[in-house]
Amino acid sequence: MTPDSTYEKVAEFAATYGLLYLMVLFAGVLVYAFWPKNKKKFEEAARRPLEED
Amino acid sequence: MNSASEVKATSPLTYGLGLILAAGGLMGLFLVANARDGAIALHGYLFVAFCTLGVFWMIKRHYDGADPIAREEGGVLYNDGVVRAGCIASLFWGIVGFLAGLVIALQLAYPALNLDLPWTNFGRLRPVHTSAVIFAFGGNVLLATSFHVVQRTCKARLAGDWAPWFVFWGYQLFIVMAASGYVLGVTQSKEYAEPEWYVDLWLTIVWVVYLLVFLGTLMKRREPHIYVANWFYLAFIVTIAMLHIVNNLALPVSLTGAKSYQLFAGVQDALTQWWYGHNAVGFFLTAGFLGIMYYFVPKQANRPVYSYRLSIVHFWSLIFLYIWAGPHHLHYTALPDWAQTLGMTFSIMLWMPSWGGMINGLMTLSGAWDKLRTDPVLRMLAVSVAFYGMSTFEGPVMSIKAVNSLSHYTDWTVGHVHSGALGWVGFVSFGAIYYLVPKLWHRTRLYSVNLVSLHFWVATIGIVLYITAMWVSGILQGLMWRAYDSLGFLEFSFVETVEAMHPFYVIRALGGALYLLGALIMVYNCWRTIRGDLKEEKVAGLPAAAPQPAAAAQ
Repeated sequence: MTPDSTYEKVAEFAATYGLLYLMVLFAGVLVYAFWPKNKKKFEEAARRPLEED
Repeated sequence: MNSASEVKATSPLTYGLGLILAAGGLMGLFLVANARDGAIALHGYLFVAFCTLGVFWMIKRHYDGADPIAREEGGVLYNDGVVRAGCIASLFWGIVGFLAGLVIALQLAYPALNLDLPWTNFGRLRPVHTSAVIFAFGGNVLLATSFHVVQRTCKARLAGDWAPWFVFWGYQLFIVMAASGYVLGVTQSKEYAEPEWYVDLWLTIVWVVYLLVFLGTLMKRREPHIYVANWFYLAFIVTIAMLHIVNNLALPVSLTGAKSYQLFAGVQDALTQWWYGHNAVGFFLTAGFLGIMYYFVPKQANRPVYSYRLSIVHFWSLIFLYIWAGPHHLHYTALPDWAQTLGMTFSIMLWMPSWGGMINGLMTLSGAWDKLRTDPVLRMLAVSVAFYGMSTFEGPVMSIKAVNSLSHYTDWTVGHVHSGALGWVGFVSFGAIYYLVPKLWHRTRLYSVNLVSLHFWVATIGIVLYITAMWVSGILQGLMWRAYDSLGFLEFSFVETVEAMHPFYVIRALGGALYLLGALIMVYNCWRTIRGDLKEEKVAGLPAAAPQPAAAAQ
């Protein structure tokens, strides 16, 4: 199989940009979870199931 | 928005549904008249019956009053009727599924129980068991709990008037068509996706309505933030739709026959199947049931979730990692090596979100650990989370290629699946049902708390017998298959390995029988609770049952 076959290209794309994509995504999730302004909203949300009935 | 007038209104959409049901009935008749095989004729009849009953139901509903048991809570008239129906259906299909499992376990130990009939042999009854426990029992638990949780956490009535009922009854029709097809030999031979093309199409319609009901309720919410349990439910609904459609791409031989051919072939078909199969575990049996955990554990413990931030990280990392883990089902096959390694790597990475979630669930009990002694429902939920941790530890270990070369195709896999299914999915469902039944029928408590405790112990002993038997049997089987003598010949014939497993098959069947017995105790307890009975009893760890003045007077 030549190095520039479609298969090789797909495999290389998955091994490089795939990593980048998941890292950026994870960083984004952490930022969202720990953003100071969200703290109050999340604390209220955590109590939601206990409020009703 | 949530007033009673919304509940009872005959909109143009309702007339539209009537027309669709009439057209569906005619289509069913067409299928019956032109059927190329017995199975599709039977399913045509079922479809006609479904549509006819649907039209009758719509007419009856038009003249009937609103739900007589419904009570307004906090200004919202919740749609509890469909949740009650979901609980009853879960109990019914649970018994069917566990019984089918016990039968096939006994067939493996005593092959004469295949009865030499096509309809009762292992090959046809095995998908009846797997579909009944996963899709019929688990699916109904997810329908009921998702409809309950989304209403309460959004403080909004379920969207749609007939739509939730269409989802419920449409889903039951799917189950009946799937199971009756298996017994008659209709299958497309894809594990956990056995139903043929027309049953798949029907499920797709039902599932899209399910998604619309769920999204519609989220849009009506009175709270700014969507509670995390709903994220898990939504991920479950959306991903299952995607998996179901892609894995079932097939071309029917005839529009009036059951048989179809897959669009993919060879290793592409295998990879699509296990992308589907593993995510059925990841999104049906994990994400959906984590939605249950994030609502019912805090509710039963009366504590907010340990860390809401952790639940957010848990959610996003779980759903973005799970989708890539499927190739670990195809180690040492024609699948390219890098794809196998990718599947293994993602499976190992899944340790992190899985254990993060488990810790979050268990630590919700911090400061309330004493309740485990007095509240068997909470004990059931806590043990389910512990089993979740155990089986999500075992799974990544088994996905490692070197381990997989020993464990694959052996009973170890079966044991692993059942520690997750019986321990995690089963127990978290039982906990949710025990919470929901008194709540939905407005009873002060369950008929008997001691019976819950009995159920807990009987079922736990059943699980322990099941999984330990399968560990021993699986590793024994794997070692016997790879044993060579000094000349390089295989040391054991296949039938010798089968013979060696017999005692473990008997122990496994005993474990399954105990689990079924536990479920029967639960059905009895729920039935008495629904009838309105309360058993006078002394609950272990509590001085005396509180709401009984007669006992207090002594």
